[in-house]
Amino acid sequence: MKKLWGALLGIIALCCLLALGDYLMNRQSNGTGGRTLTVYNWGDYIDPALIKKFERQTGYHVDYETFDSNESMLTKIRQGGTNYDVVVPSEYTVQRMKKEHLLAPLDHRKLTNFHYIDQRFLNKDFDPGNKYSVPYFWGTLGIIYNDQKVAGQDVQHWSQLWNPQFKNNLLLIDSARDVFAMALITQGDSVNTTNYSKLKQAQHHLQALTPNVKAIIADEMKMYMEQDEAAVGVTYSGDAREMMSVNHHLHYVVPSEGSNIWFDNMVIPKSAKNKQAAYQFINFMLQPENAAKNAEYVGYATPNKAAKKLLPKSVTADQQFYPPESTMKHLQTYKDLPRRVLGEYNDLFLEFKMFRR
Amino acid sequence: MKRKVAWGKVYLGLVFVILYAPILYLMIFSFSSGKTMERYHGFSFQHYADLFADSRMITIVINTVLVAVLASLIATIVGTLGALAIKESRGAWRNSLLSLNNVLMVSPDVIIGASFLIFFTVLGIRLGFISVLLSHIAFSIPIVVLMVLPKINELSPTLVDAAYDLGATRWQALSRVILPAISPGIIAGYFMALTYSLDDFAVTFFVTGNGFSTLSVEIYSRARQGVNLEINALSTLMFLVSLALVIGYYFVSKHAGRRQRVVAVKEGDAQ
Amino acid sequence: MRQKALFIVPYALWIVLFVIAPLALIFYQSFFDLNSHFTLANYQDYLTSATYLKMTLNSVWYAALITVVTLVISYPTAYVLTQLENRQFWLLIVILPTWINLLLKTYAFIGLFSRTGSVNQFLQFMGLGSHQLLFTDASFMFVAAYIEIPFMVLPIFNALIEINPSLLNASKDLGATSWQTFRRIVLPLSMPGVKAGIQAVFIPSLSLFMITRLIGGNRVITLGTAIEEHFLTTQNWGMGSTIGVVLILAMFIVMFITGDSREKGGRH
Repeated sequence: MKKLWGALLGIIALCCLLALGDYLMNRQSNGTGGRTLTVYNWGDYIDPALIKKFERQTGYHVDYETFDSNESMLTKIRQGGTNYDVVVPSEYTVQRMKKEHLLAPLDHRKLTNFHYIDQRFLNKDFDPGNKYSVPYFWGTLGIIYNDQKVAGQDVQHWSQLWNPQFKNNLLLIDSARDVFAMALITQGDSVNTTNYSKLKQAQHHLQALTPNVKAIIADEMKMYMEQDEAAVGVTYSGDAREMMSVNHHLHYVVPSEGSNIWFDNMVIPKSAKNKQAAYQFINFMLQPENAAKNAEYVGYATPNKAAKKLLPKSVTADQQFYPPESTMKHLQTYKDLPRRVLGEYNDLFLEFKMFRR
Repeated sequence: MKRKVAWGKVYLGLVFVILYAPILYLMIFSFSSGKTMERYHGFSFQHYADLFADSRMITIVINTVLVAVLASLIATIVGTLGALAIKESRGAWRNSLLSLNNVLMVSPDVIIGASFLIFFTVLGIRLGFISVLLSHIAFSIPIVVLMVLPKINELSPTLVDAAYDLGATRWQALSRVILPAISPGIIAGYFMALTYSLDDFAVTFFVTGNGFSTLSVEIYSRARQGVNLEINALSTLMFLVSLALVIGYYFVSKHAGRRQRVVAVKEGDAQ
Repeated sequence: MRQKALFIVPYALWIVLFVIAPLALIFYQSFFDLNSHFTLANYQDYLTSATYLKMTLNSVWYAALITVVTLVISYPTAYVLTQLENRQFWLLIVILPTWINLLLKTYAFIGLFSRTGSVNQFLQFMGLGSHQLLFTDASFMFVAAYIEIPFMVLPIFNALIEINPSLLNASKDLGATSWQTFRRIVLPLSMPGVKAGIQAVFIPSLSLFMITRLIGGNRVITLGTAIEEHFLTTQNWGMGSTIGVVLILAMFIVMFITGDSREKGGRH
């Protein structure tokens, strides 16, 4: 019994100590009077030095919270409980949030740095006139390959992935939309098709790919490709860039017949508490030198034209990440499909995964 | 007989090697000057320097440990009381209590997280420290019950009856007879609760907010950019600290245990 | 009697607020389709879909395998631990690895098991050649068992140290071999621990999710993965909840099997 009491006291003492530490840390960072801006973003998706700079410049305290998927972020915003001021969803989620009336329309007079953004990335289908969103980063879906195992000309197009030479050597991303996009583009359909028979056809086409598929995974693909686990992978440009910086035998291709182009965007939810600060933050992130610094830290392609000029030529001339116009015009964004159709994509994908062995 | 123990030790050594191999791997890479856990790039303390400069990370670590330690404590108390209650119940009641107890263990984290989120917002509990603490207490209770219950079942009823016959009050029976006898189960339950709490991502993700974050949420959210070796450095430190605590706890309790025994013997002499 | 009621209160409160309430919510949601209409279609879909039924069977099968593997590794471990001098200390050493974040450990396993990883280097050194280790059932099961071992060792350990040493001595005095002693005395008396361990391992194994993708490469899809997908990707909470109800039913069945016999064994 004494032992239990001792343990109890020890634990309580430890708690007090930790609470004190927590209090001290908070006081240190919250020194500026409690005006707070809450940012909700992907983990490690901003240069922390920029947050510090913003805090210094404006006197706001920034609460930076992170999420790991659009869907889980959406669940939280819908439910309330925290008032986020700036959120960074992907484009199809912007559309969904708009439909569900979760977003506040942007006052473009207050977005003084909006003009730095490249016209090509504005006024897209998911948000005509950029009424609700400001592009943050963009990228593509493409093929990553290891030049020690594969010749470049064998992986220029989606259809080449069906080649038996890649038997058990292909990694796919665990996302119904992306895998179907690949199949739909090879059969010449839109990545946003709602036609069930076309989807079924695409799934049939995918079944033929199964001998090549080694695994269907997510973020960890980076580690696998870096470690030469497979010859070819289907992944996003941002991830590809990370892999290539580690393993110099890796190369990234955006098939010229078309692919998906995605955007992560800054939005202000309706429930935001501090809209003033939100505008200040968005403008701050759009400042060319800040956007360039951020792009260098994160490594994704920036939609900010002025910032792009500040980046090293070796980065911006790289057609793997800033594809040529001829490819750009074949790229398609995902639309937010009706949930019934989305369910069909997912069920067919589940079936594809299930009957793979 | 001796040979048997020797073989046993070899086996145990093998199990330890397996249990610690991935941790050793993480620790080695925390000293690599490279950026990923792929190839080792030569020795460096860079990631430790990064870690100590990262005040956000340090705050998160403090939060995480605070929630884990406190939630496990409360969960252990409630869970132990619950196990006692289950022991006293009979038949169908007992089975249904046991089943209800395990619901949270079987439910996938997403379901638990989503339903707790709905629950907290309905009640108007502000998301943050309190909501995370409550959730961690909630999902740690079943494992505590599972750890304590077998101990209680082994408790001989005659022992408890004897205590009552000798005029013990309920509290005396509990504190002098029952709790000491089941304390290994309680301690085991506490450590398992700690494990659950430190490792949880999905539930915490849903119920956290207003600037409050825990280590798992941070690590999972960062995975999109690849696991940062700063986190390896952090894990190495946390591991070494827990190891030091365990060893320290062990020596203290061993020492205290010996003294207690001496005292007990003396008291026995006096009578 | 009032005192008794008092110490049940916190636990009862917990059951009502954090178990029954979410349970009711899941059950309630399983009757709604995507357009929030009341329907039984989710159950109908589940019961008539070959994909879902196959997935359920697969999930149960793999959870059972994982439990067996974990038990086979853990029982001797717990047994040897009880024979050691500083057994409580060594037990803590078994639990300690669980305090390191699971995702990190999984990434470490990816590093260890990859084609160029340490395990393959070792195999090559031993002249066994390199093998495809990742994305195989074996590696998936290994990592799953790795995660679950402490949860199995602990209850078995607790049951073993409770065994009265005089029983063992008596058995020896009566001329039993050490195997007989083990089989007739140690094993039956440690059964409550084994059952607690099975409950602590089998049930969560049904809803494993992350490592099915990271290590298994999505070759094995558990009920947990499917629920995850319905809640987060499809946002079809109705179907997700339906599978959740199935999972909870499975748990009740496991509890019934492992719980009932214990009571009988305990009484007589």
